[in-house]
Amino acid sequence: MAKRIDVKNLNAYYGTFRAVEDVTMTIEPRSVTALIGPSGCGKSTFIRTLNRMHEVIPGARVEGSVHLDDADIYAANVDPVGVRRTVGMVFQRPNPFPTMSIADNVVAGLRLNGLKNKTVLAEAVEASLRAANLWNEVKDRLNKPGAGLSGGQQQRLCIARAIAVEPQVLLMDEPCSALDPISTLAIEDLITELKSRYTIVIVTHNMQQAARVSDRTGFFNLVETGQPGRLIEMDDTHKIFSNPSIRATEDYISGRFG
Amino acid sequence: MTDRVPAGTGRLGDRIFGGTAKGAGLLVIAIVTLIAGFLVSQALPALAKDKANFLTSTQWNVDGTPLQFGIANLLWVTVLSSVIAMLIAVPFGVGVALFITQYAPAWLSRTAATLVDLLAAVPSIVYGLWGLQVFGPHMSGIQDFLVTYLGWFPLFSRSGIGAASTILTVGVVLSIMVLPIITALSREVFAQTPVANKDAALALGATRWEMIRTAVLPFGKPGVISASMLGLGRALGETVAVMIILSALADGTAWSWSVFHGGETFASKIANNAAEFDSPQKAGAFLAAGLVLFLLTFVVNSIARIVINRSKAFSE
Repeated sequence: MAKRIDVKNLNAYYGTFRAVEDVTMTIEPRSVTALIGPSGCGKSTFIRTLNRMHEVIPGARVEGSVHLDDADIYAANVDPVGVRRTVGMVFQRPNPFPTMSIADNVVAGLRLNGLKNKTVLAEAVEASLRAANLWNEVKDRLNKPGAGLSGGQQQRLCIARAIAVEPQVLLMDEPCSALDPISTLAIEDLITELKSRYTIVIVTHNMQQAARVSDRTGFFNLVETGQPGRLIEMDDTHKIFSNPSIRATEDYISGRFG
Repeated sequence: MTDRVPAGTGRLGDRIFGGTAKGAGLLVIAIVTLIAGFLVSQALPALAKDKANFLTSTQWNVDGTPLQFGIANLLWVTVLSSVIAMLIAVPFGVGVALFITQYAPAWLSRTAATLVDLLAAVPSIVYGLWGLQVFGPHMSGIQDFLVTYLGWFPLFSRSGIGAASTILTVGVVLSIMVLPIITALSREVFAQTPVANKDAALALGATRWEMIRTAVLPFGKPGVISASMLGLGRALGETVAVMIILSALADGTAWSWSVFHGGETFASKIANNAAEFDSPQKAGAFLAAGLVLFLLTFVVNSIARIVINRSKAFSE
Protein backbone atom coordinates (compact mmCIF):
# COMPACT_ATOMS: atom_id res chain seq x y z
CA MET A 1 0.00 0.00 0.00
CA ALA A 2 2.98 2.34 0.35
CA LYS A 3 3.38 4.41 -2.79
CA ARG A 4 6.19 5.97 -4.76
CA ILE A 5 6.19 9.77 -4.91
CA ASP A 6 7.34 11.45 -8.11
CA VAL A 7 7.80 15.21 -8.00
CA LYS A 8 8.47 17.05 -11.25
CA ASN A 9 9.38 20.73 -11.66
CA LEU A 10 7.47 21.78 -8.59
CA ASN A 11 7.18 25.46 -7.71
CA ALA A 12 5.30 26.67 -4.64
CA TYR A 13 4.09 30.23 -4.18
CA TYR A 14 2.64 32.42 -1.44
CA GLY A 15 0.86 35.04 -3.49
CA THR A 16 3.54 36.32 -5.83
CA PHE A 17 6.44 35.12 -3.68
CA ARG A 18 8.03 31.91 -4.91
CA ALA A 19 9.06 29.90 -1.83
CA VAL A 20 10.16 26.70 -3.58
CA GLU A 21 11.71 26.63 -7.03
CA ASP A 22 11.79 23.81 -9.51
CA VAL A 23 12.06 20.73 -7.30
CA THR A 24 12.25 17.34 -8.95
CA MET A 25 12.67 14.22 -6.84
CA THR A 26 11.63 10.60 -6.57
CA ILE A 27 10.80 9.00 -3.25
CA GLU A 28 10.74 5.21 -3.10
CA PRO A 29 7.99 3.32 -1.28
CA ARG A 30 8.81 1.91 2.18
CA SER A 31 11.73 4.24 2.68
CA VAL A 32 12.44 7.19 4.93
CA THR A 33 13.45 10.38 3.19
CA ALA A 34 14.79 13.23 5.27
CA LEU A 35 14.68 16.83 4.07
CA ILE A 36 17.26 19.09 5.70
CA GLY A 37 18.34 22.66 5.21
CA PRO A 38 18.53 26.05 6.93
CA SER A 39 15.43 27.93 8.12
CA GLY A 40 13.37 29.49 5.35
CA CYS A 41 14.74 27.16 2.68
CA GLY A 42 11.26 25.93 1.76
CA LYS A 43 11.45 22.38 3.08
CA SER A 44 8.31 22.75 5.20
CA THR A 45 6.50 24.43 2.33
CA PHE A 46 7.63 21.62 0.04
CA ILE A 47 6.42 18.82 2.31
CA ARG A 48 3.02 20.52 2.56
CA THR A 49 2.70 20.39 -1.23
CA LEU A 50 2.86 16.59 -1.07
CA ASN A 51 -0.61 16.34 0.51
CA ARG A 52 -2.01 19.59 -0.85
CA MET A 53 -1.92 21.29 2.54
CA HIS A 54 0.05 24.17 1.06
CA GLU A 55 -2.98 25.56 -0.72
CA VAL A 56 -4.94 25.83 2.56
CA ILE A 57 -3.15 29.13 3.18
CA PRO A 58 -4.93 31.97 1.36
CA GLY A 59 -3.08 32.98 -1.78
CA ALA A 60 -0.84 29.90 -1.81
CA ARG A 61 -0.56 27.85 -4.99
CA VAL A 62 1.56 25.20 -6.66
CA GLU A 63 2.91 24.64 -10.17
CA GLY A 64 4.33 21.38 -11.46
CA SER A 65 3.25 17.85 -10.72
CA VAL A 66 3.30 15.33 -7.88
CA HIS A 67 2.49 11.72 -8.74
CA LEU A 68 1.57 9.04 -6.24
CA ASP A 69 2.49 5.95 -8.26
CA ASP A 70 0.71 6.91 -11.47
CA ALA A 71 -1.87 9.37 -10.20
CA ASP A 72 -1.18 13.11 -10.39
CA ILE A 73 -2.49 14.60 -7.14
CA TYR A 74 -2.67 18.03 -8.79
CA ALA A 75 -4.76 16.85 -11.73
CA ALA A 76 -7.83 19.01 -12.31
CA ASN A 77 -10.36 16.37 -11.26
CA VAL A 78 -8.61 15.43 -8.01
CA ASP A 79 -10.23 16.45 -4.72
CA PRO A 80 -7.58 17.65 -2.23
CA VAL A 81 -9.68 16.13 0.56
CA GLY A 82 -9.17 12.71 -1.03
CA VAL A 83 -5.42 13.29 -1.36
CA ARG A 84 -5.14 14.12 2.34
CA ARG A 85 -6.93 10.90 3.23
CA THR A 86 -4.17 8.90 1.51
CA VAL A 87 -1.24 11.08 2.54
CA GLY A 88 -1.12 11.50 6.31
CA MET A 89 0.70 14.29 8.09
CA VAL A 90 2.27 14.89 11.49
CA PHE A 91 3.04 18.46 12.45
CA GLN A 92 5.79 20.30 14.26
CA ARG A 93 3.81 20.85 17.42
CA PRO A 94 1.68 17.99 18.72
CA ASN A 95 -1.90 18.94 17.87
CA PRO A 96 -4.38 16.46 19.32
CA PHE A 97 -7.96 17.74 19.25
CA PRO A 98 -8.26 19.37 22.69
CA THR A 99 -11.88 18.47 23.33
CA MET A 100 -11.56 14.83 22.33
CA SER A 101 -10.51 11.84 24.40
CA ILE A 102 -7.42 9.82 23.49
CA ALA A 103 -9.53 7.18 21.76
CA ASP A 104 -11.61 9.73 19.87
CA ASN A 105 -8.46 11.46 18.68
CA VAL A 106 -7.10 8.23 17.24
CA VAL A 107 -10.23 7.46 15.25
CA ALA A 108 -11.07 11.06 14.29
CA GLY A 109 -9.98 10.37 10.71
CA LEU A 110 -11.91 7.10 10.51
CA ARG A 111 -15.02 8.88 11.78
CA LEU A 112 -14.56 11.48 9.03
CA ASN A 113 -14.55 8.57 6.59
CA GLY A 114 -17.96 7.59 7.94
CA LEU A 115 -16.92 4.59 10.00
CA LYS A 116 -19.39 4.09 12.87
CA ASN A 117 -19.05 0.45 13.95
CA LYS A 118 -17.94 0.57 17.60
CA THR A 119 -16.06 -2.73 17.52
CA VAL A 120 -14.11 -1.75 14.42
CA LEU A 121 -13.30 1.64 15.92
CA ALA A 122 -12.15 0.09 19.20
CA GLU A 123 -9.90 -2.31 17.28
CA ALA A 124 -8.48 0.59 15.28
CA VAL A 125 -7.75 2.48 18.50
CA GLU A 126 -5.73 -0.42 19.89
CA ALA A 127 -3.97 -1.26 16.63
CA SER A 128 -2.98 2.34 15.91
CA LEU A 129 -1.84 3.06 19.45
CA ARG A 130 0.20 -0.15 19.46
CA ALA A 131 1.74 0.83 16.13
CA ALA A 132 2.59 4.22 17.60
CA ASN A 133 4.16 2.59 20.71
CA LEU A 134 1.69 4.37 22.93
CA TRP A 135 -0.78 1.62 23.84
CA ASN A 136 0.86 0.51 27.08
CA GLU A 137 1.07 4.05 28.38
CA VAL A 138 -2.54 5.03 27.72
CA LYS A 139 -4.61 1.85 27.61
CA ASP A 140 -6.08 2.57 31.06
CA ARG A 141 -7.16 6.10 30.23
CA LEU A 142 -8.46 5.97 26.68
CA ASN A 143 -11.40 8.17 27.62
CA LYS A 144 -9.29 10.91 29.18
CA PRO A 145 -8.48 14.04 27.15
CA GLY A 146 -5.58 13.68 24.74
CA ALA A 147 -4.30 17.09 25.78
CA GLY A 148 -3.44 15.69 29.22
CA LEU A 149 -0.55 13.62 27.86
CA SER A 150 3.08 14.71 27.81
CA GLY A 151 4.42 16.37 24.66
CA GLY A 152 6.09 13.20 23.41
CA GLN A 153 2.99 11.13 24.11
CA GLN A 154 0.83 13.71 22.34
CA GLN A 155 3.06 13.52 19.28
CA ARG A 156 2.82 9.72 19.25
CA LEU A 157 -0.94 10.13 19.63
CA CYS A 158 -0.89 12.35 16.53
CA ILE A 159 1.10 9.68 14.70
CA ALA A 160 -1.46 7.08 15.79
CA ARG A 161 -4.21 9.36 14.50
CA ALA A 162 -2.40 9.77 11.16
CA ILE A 163 -1.82 6.05 10.65
CA ALA A 164 -5.29 5.00 11.85
CA VAL A 165 -6.67 5.86 8.41
CA GLU A 166 -3.97 3.64 6.83
CA PRO A 167 -2.43 6.26 4.58
CA GLN A 168 -0.04 5.37 1.78
CA VAL A 169 2.42 8.07 2.66
CA LEU A 170 3.28 9.64 6.01
CA LEU A 171 4.65 13.19 6.05
CA MET A 172 6.35 14.50 9.19
CA ASP A 173 7.16 18.19 9.50
CA GLU A 174 9.83 18.48 12.21
CA PRO A 175 7.95 16.01 14.42
CA CYS A 176 10.52 16.14 17.24
CA SER A 177 11.39 19.83 17.38
CA ALA A 178 9.13 20.43 20.38
CA LEU A 179 10.21 17.27 22.23
CA ASP A 180 12.87 16.30 24.74
CA PRO A 181 15.64 13.81 23.77
CA ILE A 182 13.92 10.75 25.30
CA SER A 183 10.65 11.43 23.47
CA THR A 184 12.64 12.15 20.32
CA LEU A 185 14.27 8.74 20.56
CA ALA A 186 10.85 7.10 20.97
CA ILE A 187 9.60 8.82 17.82
CA GLU A 188 12.73 7.88 15.86
CA ASP A 189 12.36 4.22 16.84
CA LEU A 190 8.77 4.44 15.73
CA ILE A 191 9.73 5.91 12.35
CA THR A 192 12.09 3.00 11.77
CA GLU A 193 9.28 0.53 12.57
CA LEU A 194 6.72 2.32 10.40
CA LYS A 195 9.07 2.26 7.43
CA SER A 196 8.08 -1.31 6.62
CA ARG A 197 4.52 -0.18 5.90
CA TYR A 198 4.64 3.42 4.75
CA THR A 199 6.53 5.81 2.56
CA ILE A 200 7.83 8.36 5.05
CA VAL A 201 9.07 11.88 4.38
CA ILE A 202 10.44 13.80 7.33
CA VAL A 203 11.56 17.41 7.57
CA THR A 204 14.12 17.95 10.30
CA HIS A 205 16.51 20.57 11.59
CA ASN A 206 18.44 17.91 13.42
CA MET A 207 21.13 16.44 11.16
CA GLN A 208 21.93 13.58 13.53
CA GLN A 209 18.29 12.67 13.33
CA ALA A 210 18.36 12.67 9.54
CA ALA A 211 21.45 10.50 9.64
CA ARG A 212 19.87 8.09 12.14
CA VAL A 213 16.45 7.51 10.62
CA SER A 214 16.60 8.13 6.89
CA ASP A 215 17.60 6.13 3.83
CA ARG A 216 17.77 9.12 1.53
CA THR A 217 18.41 12.75 2.34
CA GLY A 218 17.55 15.86 0.38
CA PHE A 219 19.35 19.12 1.10
CA PHE A 220 17.41 22.34 0.51
CA ASN A 221 19.08 25.71 0.42
CA LEU A 222 18.44 29.28 -0.62
CA VAL A 223 20.82 31.84 -2.02
CA GLU A 224 19.66 34.55 0.36
CA THR A 225 16.53 35.60 2.26
CA GLY A 226 13.75 36.55 -0.13
CA GLN A 227 15.00 34.12 -2.75
CA PRO A 228 13.20 30.82 -3.36
CA GLY A 229 14.48 27.60 -1.79
CA ARG A 230 15.85 24.89 -4.09
CA LEU A 231 16.71 21.25 -3.77
CA ILE A 232 20.51 21.33 -3.92
CA GLU A 233 21.35 17.68 -3.63
CA MET A 234 19.60 14.42 -2.95
CA ASP A 235 21.32 11.12 -2.39
CA ASP A 236 21.64 8.13 -0.09
CA THR A 237 21.90 9.37 3.47
CA HIS A 238 25.35 7.83 4.14
CA LYS A 239 26.65 9.45 0.97
CA ILE A 240 25.26 12.88 1.89
CA PHE A 241 26.79 12.70 5.34
CA SER A 242 30.14 11.20 4.30
CA ASN A 243 30.89 12.41 0.83
CA PRO A 244 28.39 14.91 -0.59
CA SER A 245 28.89 15.98 -4.21
CA ILE A 246 28.15 19.64 -3.66
CA ARG A 247 30.15 22.05 -1.58
CA ALA A 248 27.13 23.80 0.01
CA THR A 249 25.86 20.48 1.34
CA GLU A 250 29.19 19.72 2.93
CA ASP A 251 29.36 23.19 4.47
CA TYR A 252 25.88 22.76 5.93
CA ILE A 253 26.28 19.27 7.37
CA SER A 254 29.69 20.09 8.80
CA GLY A 255 28.16 23.07 10.58
CA ARG A 256 29.85 25.83 8.63
CA PHE A 257 26.52 27.61 8.19
CA GLY A 258 22.80 27.21 8.86
CA MET B 1 -6.38 25.69 39.50
CA THR B 2 -3.32 26.31 41.64
CA ASP B 3 -2.98 29.13 44.10
CA ARG B 4 0.12 31.13 43.54
CA VAL B 5 1.56 33.68 45.87
CA PRO B 6 1.58 37.00 44.01
CA ALA B 7 5.02 38.42 43.56
CA GLY B 8 4.40 41.58 45.56
CA THR B 9 7.34 43.89 45.29
CA GLY B 10 5.73 46.49 47.49
CA ARG B 11 6.56 49.23 45.03
CA LEU B 12 4.23 52.18 44.73
CA GLY B 13 3.02 51.37 41.20
CA ASP B 14 2.21 47.80 42.22
CA ARG B 15 0.28 48.93 45.24
CA ILE B 16 -1.71 51.54 43.32
CA PHE B 17 -2.60 49.12 40.55
CA GLY B 18 -3.37 46.28 42.95
CA GLY B 19 -5.55 48.54 45.06
CA THR B 20 -7.44 49.89 42.04
CA ALA B 21 -8.09 46.42 40.67
CA LYS B 22 -9.25 45.17 44.06
CA GLY B 23 -11.44 48.24 44.50
CA ALA B 24 -13.09 47.77 41.09
CA GLY B 25 -13.76 44.10 41.84
CA LEU B 26 -15.25 44.84 45.25
CA LEU B 27 -17.35 47.68 43.81
CA VAL B 28 -19.03 45.35 41.31
CA ILE B 29 -19.84 42.86 44.05
CA ALA B 30 -21.15 45.67 46.24
CA ILE B 31 -23.40 47.02 43.47
CA VAL B 32 -24.94 43.63 42.76
CA THR B 33 -25.46 43.00 46.47
CA LEU B 34 -27.05 46.42 46.98
CA ILE B 35 -29.43 45.94 44.05
CA ALA B 36 -30.47 42.54 45.37
CA GLY B 37 -30.87 44.03 48.84
CA PHE B 38 -32.97 46.90 47.50
CA LEU B 39 -35.25 44.55 45.57
CA VAL B 40 -35.71 42.21 48.53
CA SER B 41 -36.32 44.97 51.05
CA GLN B 42 -38.89 46.68 48.85
CA ALA B 43 -40.62 43.49 47.76
CA LEU B 44 -40.93 41.74 51.12
CA PRO B 45 -43.62 43.99 52.71
CA ALA B 46 -45.80 43.69 49.61
CA LEU B 47 -45.23 39.95 49.41
CA ALA B 48 -46.24 39.61 53.06
CA LYS B 49 -49.61 41.20 52.30
CA ASP B 50 -50.14 39.24 49.08
CA LYS B 51 -53.32 37.19 49.44
CA ALA B 52 -52.76 35.26 46.21
CA ASN B 53 -50.02 32.71 45.56
CA PHE B 54 -47.14 34.81 44.27
CA LEU B 55 -45.69 32.06 42.07
CA THR B 56 -48.78 30.41 40.65
CA SER B 57 -51.42 33.11 40.52
CA THR B 58 -52.20 34.85 37.26
CA GLN B 59 -53.96 37.74 38.96
CA TRP B 60 -52.48 41.19 39.22
CA ASN B 61 -54.53 43.33 41.54
CA VAL B 62 -52.38 45.83 43.37
CA ASP B 63 -54.78 48.76 43.57
CA GLY B 64 -57.33 47.72 46.12
CA THR B 65 -57.27 45.63 49.22
CA PRO B 66 -56.69 42.80 49.62
CA LEU B 67 -53.54 42.80 47.59
CA GLN B 68 -53.61 39.91 45.11
CA PHE B 69 -50.82 39.39 42.64
CA GLY B 70 -48.89 36.50 41.09
CA ILE B 71 -46.27 36.19 38.44
CA ALA B 72 -47.32 33.03 36.58
CA ASN B 73 -48.35 34.94 33.46
CA LEU B 74 -45.35 37.23 33.47
CA LEU B 75 -42.94 34.35 33.95
CA TRP B 76 -44.48 32.35 31.12
CA VAL B 77 -44.53 35.22 28.65
CA THR B 78 -40.98 36.28 29.56
CA VAL B 79 -39.56 32.78 29.25
CA LEU B 80 -41.54 31.88 26.14
CA SER B 81 -40.59 35.00 24.19
CA SER B 82 -36.93 34.62 25.17
CA VAL B 83 -36.87 30.92 24.30
CA ILE B 84 -38.30 31.71 20.86
CA ALA B 85 -35.66 34.40 20.45
CA MET B 86 -32.84 32.01 21.39
CA LEU B 87 -34.16 29.19 19.19
CA ILE B 88 -33.83 31.52 16.22
CA ALA B 89 -30.82 33.65 17.19
CA VAL B 90 -28.36 30.99 18.38
CA PRO B 91 -28.24 28.84 15.21
CA PHE B 92 -28.51 31.92 13.03
CA GLY B 93 -25.82 33.83 14.94
CA VAL B 94 -23.45 30.86 15.00
CA GLY B 95 -24.03 30.40 11.27
CA VAL B 96 -23.27 34.04 10.55
CA ALA B 97 -20.13 33.88 12.73
CA LEU B 98 -18.95 30.74 10.92
CA PHE B 99 -19.56 32.35 7.57
CA ILE B 100 -17.65 35.48 8.56
CA THR B 101 -14.67 33.63 10.04
CA GLN B 102 -14.42 30.46 7.93
CA TYR B 103 -16.07 30.95 4.56
CA ALA B 104 -16.19 34.57 3.48
CA PRO B 105 -13.27 36.21 1.66
CA ALA B 106 -11.53 38.93 3.70
CA TRP B 107 -13.33 41.93 2.18
CA LEU B 108 -16.79 40.40 2.61
CA SER B 109 -16.06 39.17 6.10
CA ARG B 110 -15.16 42.68 7.29
CA THR B 111 -18.25 44.20 5.68
CA ALA B 112 -20.59 41.53 7.02
CA ALA B 113 -19.11 41.83 10.52
CA THR B 114 -19.63 45.60 10.51
CA LEU B 115 -23.20 45.28 9.29
CA VAL B 116 -24.10 42.73 11.96
CA ASP B 117 -22.51 44.95 14.60
CA LEU B 118 -24.67 47.81 13.34
CA LEU B 119 -27.75 45.80 14.31
CA ALA B 120 -26.66 46.32 17.92
CA ALA B 121 -26.61 50.07 17.40
CA VAL B 122 -30.31 50.25 16.51
CA PRO B 123 -32.25 51.54 19.55
CA SER B 124 -34.86 49.27 21.16
CA ILE B 125 -37.60 51.76 20.46
CA VAL B 126 -36.90 51.49 16.74
CA TYR B 127 -37.09 47.71 16.91
CA GLY B 128 -40.37 48.05 18.76
CA LEU B 129 -41.95 50.37 16.22
CA TRP B 130 -40.57 48.39 13.29
CA GLY B 131 -41.80 45.14 14.83
CA LEU B 132 -45.30 46.47 15.40
CA GLN B 133 -45.78 48.49 12.20
CA VAL B 134 -43.65 46.82 9.54
CA PHE B 135 -42.65 43.32 10.49
CA GLY B 136 -45.50 42.17 12.75
CA PRO B 137 -48.29 42.26 10.16
CA HIS B 138 -46.27 39.83 8.00
CA MET B 139 -46.51 37.26 10.76
CA SER B 140 -50.18 36.66 9.99
CA GLY B 141 -49.35 34.13 7.26
CA ILE B 142 -47.28 31.97 9.60
CA GLN B 143 -49.85 32.40 12.34
CA ASP B 144 -52.72 31.28 10.10
CA PHE B 145 -50.73 28.30 8.88
CA LEU B 146 -49.71 27.13 12.36
CA VAL B 147 -53.13 27.71 13.88
CA THR B 148 -54.84 25.83 11.05
CA TYR B 149 -52.58 22.78 10.98
CA LEU B 150 -51.10 22.64 14.49
CA GLY B 151 -53.84 24.44 16.38
CA TRP B 152 -54.56 21.30 18.43
CA PHE B 153 -51.19 21.78 20.11
CA PRO B 154 -51.53 24.22 23.06
CA LEU B 155 -48.53 26.29 21.96
CA PHE B 156 -50.23 27.08 18.65
CA SER B 157 -53.82 27.39 19.73
CA ARG B 158 -55.92 30.21 18.33
CA SER B 159 -56.25 33.45 20.24
CA GLY B 160 -57.88 36.76 19.46
CA ILE B 161 -54.69 38.81 19.30
CA GLY B 162 -53.58 40.48 16.07
CA ALA B 163 -50.56 38.85 14.44
CA ALA B 164 -48.40 41.94 14.97
CA SER B 165 -48.76 41.88 18.73
CA THR B 166 -48.23 38.26 19.73
CA ILE B 167 -45.57 36.61 21.85
CA LEU B 168 -44.22 34.97 18.69
CA THR B 169 -43.69 38.34 16.99
CA VAL B 170 -41.91 39.61 20.11
CA GLY B 171 -39.72 36.51 20.12
CA VAL B 172 -38.71 37.01 16.49
CA VAL B 173 -37.94 40.71 17.01
CA LEU B 174 -35.95 39.85 20.16
CA SER B 175 -33.98 37.30 18.14
CA ILE B 176 -32.87 40.05 15.79
CA MET B 177 -31.92 42.22 18.74
CA VAL B 178 -29.71 39.56 20.36
CA LEU B 179 -28.25 38.36 17.06
CA PRO B 180 -25.36 40.87 17.03
CA ILE B 181 -24.36 39.91 20.60
CA ILE B 182 -24.23 36.21 19.76
CA THR B 183 -22.56 36.77 16.40
CA ALA B 184 -19.89 39.15 17.67
CA LEU B 185 -18.75 36.93 20.54
CA SER B 186 -18.95 33.68 18.55
CA ARG B 187 -16.97 35.34 15.78
CA GLU B 188 -14.21 36.24 18.24
CA VAL B 189 -13.83 32.71 19.55
CA PHE B 190 -14.11 31.01 16.15
CA ALA B 191 -11.40 33.31 14.79
CA GLN B 192 -9.12 32.21 17.63
CA THR B 193 -9.29 28.51 16.77
CA PRO B 194 -5.63 27.42 16.74
CA VAL B 195 -4.34 26.88 13.22
CA ALA B 196 -2.76 23.66 14.53
CA ASN B 197 -6.22 22.21 15.24
CA LYS B 198 -7.59 23.24 11.87
CA ASP B 199 -4.52 21.82 10.10
CA ALA B 200 -4.91 18.58 12.05
CA ALA B 201 -8.44 18.14 10.78
CA LEU B 202 -7.65 19.14 7.21
CA ALA B 203 -4.63 16.84 7.07
CA LEU B 204 -6.88 13.94 8.05
CA GLY B 205 -8.92 14.64 4.95
CA ALA B 206 -11.69 16.74 6.48
CA THR B 207 -13.83 18.85 4.18
CA ARG B 208 -14.32 22.44 5.25
CA TRP B 209 -17.52 21.63 7.12
CA GLU B 210 -15.92 18.58 8.75
CA MET B 211 -12.98 20.73 9.79
CA ILE B 212 -15.40 23.19 11.37
CA ARG B 213 -17.17 20.37 13.17
CA THR B 214 -14.01 18.72 14.51
CA ALA B 215 -11.87 21.79 15.22
CA VAL B 216 -13.73 25.10 15.21
CA LEU B 217 -17.04 24.27 16.93
CA PRO B 218 -15.59 22.26 19.86
CA PHE B 219 -13.02 24.99 20.44
CA GLY B 220 -15.67 27.72 20.31
CA LYS B 221 -18.36 25.94 22.33
CA PRO B 222 -17.72 27.67 25.68
CA GLY B 223 -17.67 31.01 23.88
CA VAL B 224 -20.91 30.30 22.08
CA ILE B 225 -22.55 29.36 25.39
CA SER B 226 -21.34 32.58 27.01
CA ALA B 227 -22.54 34.55 24.01
CA SER B 228 -25.95 32.87 24.13
CA MET B 229 -26.32 33.60 27.83
CA LEU B 230 -25.47 37.27 27.32
CA GLY B 231 -28.04 37.32 24.52
CA LEU B 232 -30.58 35.56 26.71
CA GLY B 233 -29.99 38.10 29.46
CA ARG B 234 -30.74 40.84 26.98
CA ALA B 235 -33.87 39.08 25.72
CA LEU B 236 -35.22 38.41 29.22
CA GLY B 237 -34.75 42.01 30.26
CA GLU B 238 -35.72 43.81 27.05
CA THR B 239 -38.38 46.36 27.88
CA VAL B 240 -39.31 48.99 25.35
CA ALA B 241 -39.59 46.83 22.24
CA VAL B 242 -41.68 44.24 24.10
CA MET B 243 -43.88 46.93 25.60
CA ILE B 244 -44.64 48.42 22.19
CA ILE B 245 -45.25 45.19 20.33
CA LEU B 246 -46.92 42.89 22.82
CA SER B 247 -50.63 43.34 23.37
CA ALA B 248 -51.27 43.58 27.12
CA LEU B 249 -54.22 41.59 28.38
CA ALA B 250 -57.03 42.73 30.64
CA ASP B 251 -56.83 41.33 34.14
CA GLY B 252 -58.69 38.05 34.40
CA THR B 253 -58.13 36.96 30.78
CA ALA B 254 -58.17 33.15 30.57
CA TRP B 255 -54.79 31.41 30.71
CA SER B 256 -53.32 30.32 27.38
CA TRP B 257 -50.11 28.51 26.50
CA SER B 258 -50.24 29.86 22.97
CA VAL B 259 -47.42 31.77 21.29
CA PHE B 260 -50.17 33.72 19.54
CA HIS B 261 -51.43 35.12 22.82
CA GLY B 262 -50.59 38.53 24.23
CA GLY B 263 -49.50 39.40 27.75
CA GLU B 264 -46.66 41.12 29.47
CA THR B 265 -43.10 40.21 30.42
CA PHE B 266 -41.61 41.16 33.79
CA ALA B 267 -39.88 44.13 32.26
CA SER B 268 -42.77 45.38 30.13
CA LYS B 269 -45.20 44.95 33.06
CA ILE B 270 -43.05 47.13 35.26
CA ALA B 271 -42.51 49.70 32.52
CA ASN B 272 -46.20 49.82 31.57
CA ASN B 273 -47.07 50.65 35.15
CA ALA B 274 -44.15 52.82 36.15
CA ALA B 275 -46.48 55.78 36.46
CA GLU B 276 -48.42 54.03 39.22
CA PHE B 277 -45.68 53.49 41.76
CA ASP B 278 -47.51 55.83 44.10
CA SER B 279 -47.64 53.68 47.20
CA PRO B 280 -44.87 51.55 48.72
CA GLN B 281 -46.96 48.42 48.54
CA LYS B 282 -47.81 48.88 44.86
CA ALA B 283 -44.20 49.61 44.03
CA GLY B 284 -43.26 46.63 46.17
CA ALA B 285 -45.45 44.32 44.14
CA PHE B 286 -43.77 45.38 40.92
CA LEU B 287 -40.34 45.19 42.49
CA ALA B 288 -41.15 41.65 43.59
CA ALA B 289 -41.67 40.86 39.92
CA GLY B 290 -38.37 42.59 39.19
CA LEU B 291 -36.71 40.45 41.83
CA VAL B 292 -37.88 37.30 40.06
CA LEU B 293 -36.43 38.59 36.78
CA PHE B 294 -33.16 39.29 38.58
CA LEU B 295 -33.07 35.76 40.01
CA LEU B 296 -34.03 34.22 36.66
CA THR B 297 -31.14 35.95 34.90
CA PHE B 298 -28.84 34.98 37.75
CA VAL B 299 -29.82 31.31 37.54
CA VAL B 300 -29.41 31.27 33.76
CA ASN B 301 -25.93 32.75 34.04
CA SER B 302 -24.93 30.31 36.78
CA ILE B 303 -26.01 27.35 34.68
CA ALA B 304 -24.01 28.71 31.77
CA ARG B 305 -20.97 29.11 34.01
CA ILE B 306 -21.25 25.47 35.11
CA VAL B 307 -21.57 24.23 31.54
CA ILE B 308 -18.58 26.28 30.43
CA ASN B 309 -16.41 25.09 33.30
CA ARG B 310 -17.27 21.51 32.49
CA SER B 311 -16.24 21.76 28.87
CA LYS B 312 -13.14 23.72 29.89
CA ALA B 313 -12.06 20.99 32.28
CA PHE B 314 -11.89 18.69 29.29
CA SER B 315 -9.83 20.97 27.11
CA GLU B 316 -7.04 21.73 29.57
